[in-house]
Amino acid sequence: MSPSITLLGPQRRPTLDRVLSSLGITGPVAVVNAGWQERESDDAEILALAGGQARNLRLFARWMDVLRADPEYAEAEREHRLVLDELQQLYLVRLDHALQAVYAVAGRSVGHPTVQARAMEDALAAVRLLDASHVARVQQLHDDFYGTWRLESRGAIAGHREEVRGLLSAAECLVVAGGHVGELVRIVHLFHLAPHLPPRVVAWSAGAMALTPRVVLFHDRAAQGASLTEVFDAGIGVVPGLVLLPHARRRLRTDDPLRMSVLARRFAPATCVVLDDGVRIDLGPGGALPPDARLVGDDGRITEGTAA
Amino acid sequence: MTAVRSASARLAVNRLKSAKPLDGEAVDRFLARHEIPVVEGDRCTFLWRGEADEAWVCQRIVGLPDRIPMRRLHGTDLWYLVLELPEGSRVEYQIEIRRGDHHDRFNDPLNEKRSHGPVGSSSLAFGAGYETPDWVLHDPEARPGELKDLVLRSRALGRDAHVSVYLPARFRPTASYPLLVVHDGGDFLQYASMKTVLDNLIHRLDVAETVVAFTHPGERLTEYANSPAHSRFLTQELLPELESSLPLVGQPAGRCLLGSSFGGVAALSAAYRSPDTYGSLVLLSGSFVFTDIGTDHGGGPLFDPVVKFVNRFRAKPRAVADRVFQSCGVYEELIVPNRSMVHVFENAGMQVRYTEARDGHSWENWRDRLRDALSWVYPGPQKLYYE
Repeated sequence: MSPSITLLGPQRRPTLDRVLSSLGITGPVAVVNAGWQERESDDAEILALAGGQARNLRLFARWMDVLRADPEYAEAEREHRLVLDELQQLYLVRLDHALQAVYAVAGRSVGHPTVQARAMEDALAAVRLLDASHVARVQQLHDDFYGTWRLESRGAIAGHREEVRGLLSAAECLVVAGGHVGELVRIVHLFHLAPHLPPRVVAWSAGAMALTPRVVLFHDRAAQGASLTEVFDAGIGVVPGLVLLPHARRRLRTDDPLRMSVLARRFAPATCVVLDDGVRIDLGPGGALPPDARLVGDDGRITEGTAA
Repeated sequence: MTAVRSASARLAVNRLKSAKPLDGEAVDRFLARHEIPVVEGDRCTFLWRGEADEAWVCQRIVGLPDRIPMRRLHGTDLWYLVLELPEGSRVEYQIEIRRGDHHDRFNDPLNEKRSHGPVGSSSLAFGAGYETPDWVLHDPEARPGELKDLVLRSRALGRDAHVSVYLPARFRPTASYPLLVVHDGGDFLQYASMKTVLDNLIHRLDVAETVVAFTHPGERLTEYANSPAHSRFLTQELLPELESSLPLVGQPAGRCLLGSSFGGVAALSAAYRSPDTYGSLVLLSGSFVFTDIGTDHGGGPLFDPVVKFVNRFRAKPRAVADRVFQSCGVYEELIVPNRSMVHVFENAGMQVRYTEARDGHSWENWRDRLRDALSWVYPGPQKLYYE
């Protein structure tokens, strides 16, 4: 049975305790803050917010333990990451050109409107195809890696998986905090969380992104300038049909309708959902969005109340 | 920056001229009230106080005389010079005076701001809008990386090669790090605050966690002037040593050579001699002197091998890396050669990011470019963090 899922905006001013209370969570809560990496153990505040029975799954520490205990796997995982990084860089090279084509078409000021609209749609379709083929390549590499290394039969990993499964089976709710989405996604797959989720899941920022089937990275205000919005990897996929955009107002040029429009149309039919400070989205059956969810529309504007 | 012959009447020094009485006390009050040099919009008033027969402001801004005479404010011992100093400029200078046959050159005693380098210090003037970037200053929040000494017996160089290896904070043997090799490593550490810069930029997620090898030259002007021995040392000795002992990416995309001035030539030369090895180059005010015809390059014998190399490269450009970050100060003599090389690099098929600054051939110019350079070559994981 699929868990009930609540997505939150960044928790700079925490609302987790109130959210859990409003959901009627009184039992044990399992906490994942592996996205904090080495700071995972600085968990006093998040455990306090999650209630007296909260327990940190310590997935980052478990990952470090696996790498220490199983050097053969550690080296293989390192090689796997290098290959994925190289693939990502090559995808970005191609994506750069494909998106330049989109903006070049969008920038044409004269011409027949119908022809331009079709050219724009074709340019976006090329980007979608690129994204999809990249996701497929990434998945193929993962399948090859997991097929070769059969994690379930490696002692260190299997032992931790068993412990994590035990903790999850006793939990009423799983809380997934933000942080480094790349390492978070890797770790939740490594410890095989998806099949063992408790009835409730509450997640924010990178934690929320890790629940989606397709993690999209974005930052229009990075040190080196606006970077390409890129498809990164697959999360655990329990939040289908959504592209989640934490810190959207801080990280995206939300005042650039063309850029935002390209974002929304590129990822359609998935819906781009804004997860800014203070946002709470309780997903309905089948992952349905509530009517007050803030979405990026095809016109590039952020609107409220347009969810189906 | 150009000499201004008809300074605006609103300038502070012109208001001082009309003070009555214009005496020592008026000058005392003026100096106490103003930060020296006095920057007003795009005008900069340099001042020196004392008895002399002549006084000059000395600087090395291309297009200006090396020494620009100051004028004595009538009836006082205050000398002044008003120059145009465009927004964002950063200029190093000294004062020179003549008393009889005796000349003396020194830093501006009325200005505490100093720039330091291997050949000494200079006074600093900041144009309106220039600010020392906060990421070059120590940040107690930034976890410090670690510098380790490495000594390699180099057959190529025929000497022990000392390398300072920077390992980023939270270094993990199970991770994979890109490598940056820095020429003139000791000077970059000392005069460009590069360890602090790395600590800060990595902490801020602007730059990827990177292992940095700061190399220290022997006979710098020989080793860095397109020396095959230096290139062999980098590619056949240093690189294998580092990649076998540290968890490095070990592919061109994770290898970058950085150099300034002659160090830029050395970086380009090493990549030229091993074109499939390095993915990126950072070339800061590279000494890319060349001739289109003849041999009179004006740089003296030290530049002969450089000119020969750059001429050969320009005649038959080829991609020696995927990406090149290149910068130069507009007040440097090297600005024209550097501008000229941008298209050469691009036409060779390399991706180039080129920037200019209103600055000179100085360590602080190169320091100020590090954020743009390193965040482009090895972008930090900002895009991966969603707290």
